[in-house]
Amino acid sequence: MEIYELTVQELKEKLDKKEITSKEIFESYQARIQEKEKDIKAFVSLNDPKEIKENSIPIGIKDNINIRGTKTTCSSKMLENFVSPYSATVIEKLENENIISIGKLNMDEFAMGASTEYSYFQKTRNPWNLNRVPGGSSGGSAAAVASNMVPWALGSDTGGSIRQPASFCGIVGLKPTYGLVSRYGLVAFASSLDQIGPITKDVRDCAMLLNIISGHDEKDSTSAEKGKKDYMKNLEKDVKGLKIGLPKQYMGEGIHQEVKEKILEVAKKYEEMGAIVEECEFNCSEYALATYYIIACAEASSNLGRFDGIRYGYRAKEFSNLKELYKNSRSEGFGAEVKRRIILGTYVLSSGYYDAYYKKALQVRTLVKKEFERLFTTYDILLTPTAPSTAFEIGTKSNNPLEMYLADLCTVSINIAGLPAISVPCGIDSKGLPVGMQLIGKAFDEETILNAAYQYEKIEKFREKFRPEFKEK
Amino acid sequence: MQVSREEILHIANLADLNLKEEEIDTYLLHLQEILNFANIVNNAPIEKLGETIGASEKVNSFRKDEIKEFKDKESLLQNAPEEEEHMFHIPKVI
Amino acid sequence: MTTDYEMVIGLEVHSELSTKTKIFCSCPTEFGGEPNTHCCPVCMAMPGALPVLNEKVIEYAVKAGLAMNCEIAENSKNDRKNYFYPDLPKSYQISQFDMPLCKKGKVEIQTEQGKKTIGITRIHIEEDAGKLNHSEFGGGSLVDLNRAGVPLIEIVSEPDMRSSKEAEEYLKKVKSILEYIEVSDCKMQEGSLRADVNVSVRKKGETKFGTRTEMKNMNSFRSIVRAIEYEANRQIEILEEGGKIEQETLRWDDVSGKTFSMRDKEDAQDYRYFPEPDLVPIHLSKEYIQQIKESLPEMPESRKERYIKDFGLPEYDSNILTSSKYLSILFEGAEKICKNAKAVSNWIMSDITRILNEKELEPENIPFKAEDLGNLVILIDKGTISSKIAKQVLEEMFENPKTPEEIIKEKGLIQISDEGQIKQVVEKILQANPQSIADYKAGRDRALGFLVGQAMKETKGKANPQMLNKMFLEKLKK
Repeated sequence: MEIYELTVQELKEKLDKKEITSKEIFESYQARIQEKEKDIKAFVSLNDPKEIKENSIPIGIKDNINIRGTKTTCSSKMLENFVSPYSATVIEKLENENIISIGKLNMDEFAMGASTEYSYFQKTRNPWNLNRVPGGSSGGSAAAVASNMVPWALGSDTGGSIRQPASFCGIVGLKPTYGLVSRYGLVAFASSLDQIGPITKDVRDCAMLLNIISGHDEKDSTSAEKGKKDYMKNLEKDVKGLKIGLPKQYMGEGIHQEVKEKILEVAKKYEEMGAIVEECEFNCSEYALATYYIIACAEASSNLGRFDGIRYGYRAKEFSNLKELYKNSRSEGFGAEVKRRIILGTYVLSSGYYDAYYKKALQVRTLVKKEFERLFTTYDILLTPTAPSTAFEIGTKSNNPLEMYLADLCTVSINIAGLPAISVPCGIDSKGLPVGMQLIGKAFDEETILNAAYQYEKIEKFREKFRPEFKEK
Repeated sequence: MQVSREEILHIANLADLNLKEEEIDTYLLHLQEILNFANIVNNAPIEKLGETIGASEKVNSFRKDEIKEFKDKESLLQNAPEEEEHMFHIPKVI
Repeated sequence: MTTDYEMVIGLEVHSELSTKTKIFCSCPTEFGGEPNTHCCPVCMAMPGALPVLNEKVIEYAVKAGLAMNCEIAENSKNDRKNYFYPDLPKSYQISQFDMPLCKKGKVEIQTEQGKKTIGITRIHIEEDAGKLNHSEFGGGSLVDLNRAGVPLIEIVSEPDMRSSKEAEEYLKKVKSILEYIEVSDCKMQEGSLRADVNVSVRKKGETKFGTRTEMKNMNSFRSIVRAIEYEANRQIEILEEGGKIEQETLRWDDVSGKTFSMRDKEDAQDYRYFPEPDLVPIHLSKEYIQQIKESLPEMPESRKERYIKDFGLPEYDSNILTSSKYLSILFEGAEKICKNAKAVSNWIMSDITRILNEKELEPENIPFKAEDLGNLVILIDKGTISSKIAKQVLEEMFENPKTPEEIIKEKGLIQISDEGQIKQVVEKILQANPQSIADYKAGRDRALGFLVGQAMKETKGKANPQMLNKMFLEKLKK
């Protein structure tokens, strides 16, 4: 078995036993990148570490997370040449553990999208079928992990941007509870929804990476002041008696038949393991997606105002006054989807429309939270598909924004309520594409979803059964 | 709600974005489509419900009034498109 | 201004708080410094940087609220005010919209018609913007973000003022309160206290308000008074000619003494306020608010009462002494040392006020300490110097940072109280002025005054006047 095929857990064991060196690990991944990157196009930039310390392990970082002295582009022309003056808190935490970035990963521009097609630089391709999208917006991160070009990666998730690409690429992705992981240094898309999270080959690595990146950060006011947990500790517990809710609303219209079938199989397997699975009602799914787009775009329209061509970022070549400098720089520096969302966000906040859209969305947010609270008085976790479909073909949705938004159907309500959710592969469909299931937990109860995910992974053995073919089909 | 051409131009101006003549219709169409979809929030049973501003339940996240200087001051200007005397150069204002 | 009209004035006072660090990051707030050196990723709005609220800002704002008799909100939050301007790096200012920290307050001012209450609508916290400089070369502007993120409170008054004088008194009162509670240094020339002035006019007896205009960023009492007068007259002229006032933002130009329109009208502002998602709500407990209430220093009103009661000073004097924290500190400090409240008060009310006016200084610029003034009064009381010499010493104290004793010694101003020396002078003067002796003996008392005057002249004012008087009388009666 090649080094790049190992999980991080396995790498660590071999490092501890001195069976391999960190240098060998880095070299193995660099060789793999040489081989696969031309097909996958997951990286925006590569980092060649000058010295490799003992016990050092590589990682891939979504290109909206700042690393001091390196480029952070957000896959935008706006930040094509931007060099970060500081590092994100998660990067400092990784570096404290000798986990070093070997490259920045492609994404939809400013994390706005569900296919990574909205990157200014390149379209990343799905290793399971090169004609298909890897999902998004953390498509580069997911594709790089799935093709073994990095042992693990960090992504960010505002409405599904970790879980949906993890699902499309047949790997594990976790969106932590809002506030569990510091957002300091993550280029903001929608501040009240964004979270950084792990994208890994398996659930154990996911827990390990969460252990490292979680914890209170005084630089992020929304960071939770909770005691540090060991997310590896409870993985082996069985799931006997675990109460799992299966919300009907995420198994109905709009969800592909094959996906639904897979989720029902998962439910059956949980029952075989001794869990109790029950169908339940989640009564506000229809409002959640609209609410998500109102809130996310409103916040984005304000967050992206700082890209004005004055202190950093793209500045138009031609302008004759300040207003033109602003307008030309922003119009030339942002792609169409980003501009679309800025316009939508500006509209819903503007006088006359605030009450009709934004204010209502904040009220629906209360409704969504309450609905989850209600379900969690009965259930320990909820099970849904991660995405309505498996990976779609490149180019099929990129010109229809609303259809692209529907790819987030099953994931956005979790961000609205700030809950944790994990996507775990649960089989492949008839086209040979991975299907992902989503487990949703109570706030700050990552332990339970990680435990349930791990127990499922153990019997499903997805990584042993299936691997991507790197072919155009 | 029906969005007019004037309105989308006004909104783009507020956001400091240019819309080229040939782009206006597409942006208008997409905005209208998304808004039509977003109108569903008006059907939600939200009477008497408060507004949830953030996902966190936290209050009072404060910092002590203690100076911590950012060390690498030069790096704050390294990305400046145009710098003069350690300041950001822009077209003349007022 | 024709007498048929009255002015309606409201002020939005912006005051920079004297915290050590900025409102949302740990950079120093210190004035000056090389451009863009009191900065970090947060106040430069680098992508991904996040704000964290300085707890001192809350404390100071609550102090200001309590000192201006406001209700303090137990639940409050921050909001974003969105607009593009190069001194605003995030493209939004973190401010407070519908839930300010303090509201419904009031302050009292003295007017010619007596006391008047000015309502405070609200006080909220927000961040200051950076500074735009003119480029020496290319003709553009240059952005310096050292001031970006310095904490501000905005104190919004009700439109309760009816003259430029009242507006001036109100602003002085606000300044004095902020100085008393030590939350702002209120240096107007450095822009740490400035006001947006709203002015409208209406026919006397009219109950509805007229259309108002707003003059932004005024930072001297003098220009505020001039600007209000100019603007009210401009509005009246328009109305008299049958025109309409346009609601707009104006810029006051001190040189030409005129107001100018600031913004293009097509560029109507829509700030798109919404709750700041990077910060969490502010909940203040009753205990916390009570604690701050108890920490407040004595306010001018109660000081005034105390001066009247304990020192027997007239109300007028007490008013002036408490009108500025610095005068009040000077008075109390000097009184403590010399125990002669009336004398200290007189010195402050007359000579010190006169010198301040002559030199165009504010009370905070008085260069000597309270104890120096106290010692000066002691020196007079002990007869070491005369009041006349003391005036000279005081003038010198404004020029030189020296104690009165040092000045007296250096300049040889010590009063001559030695009986032998006095006697010598008296005899010399009497010898030289036989006519005056004759006059005095003929019953013209004024001659004594002339002789004392001559003796003072001879000693360059240093002779003890009481002793001179006494000795002349003794000699003349012989």
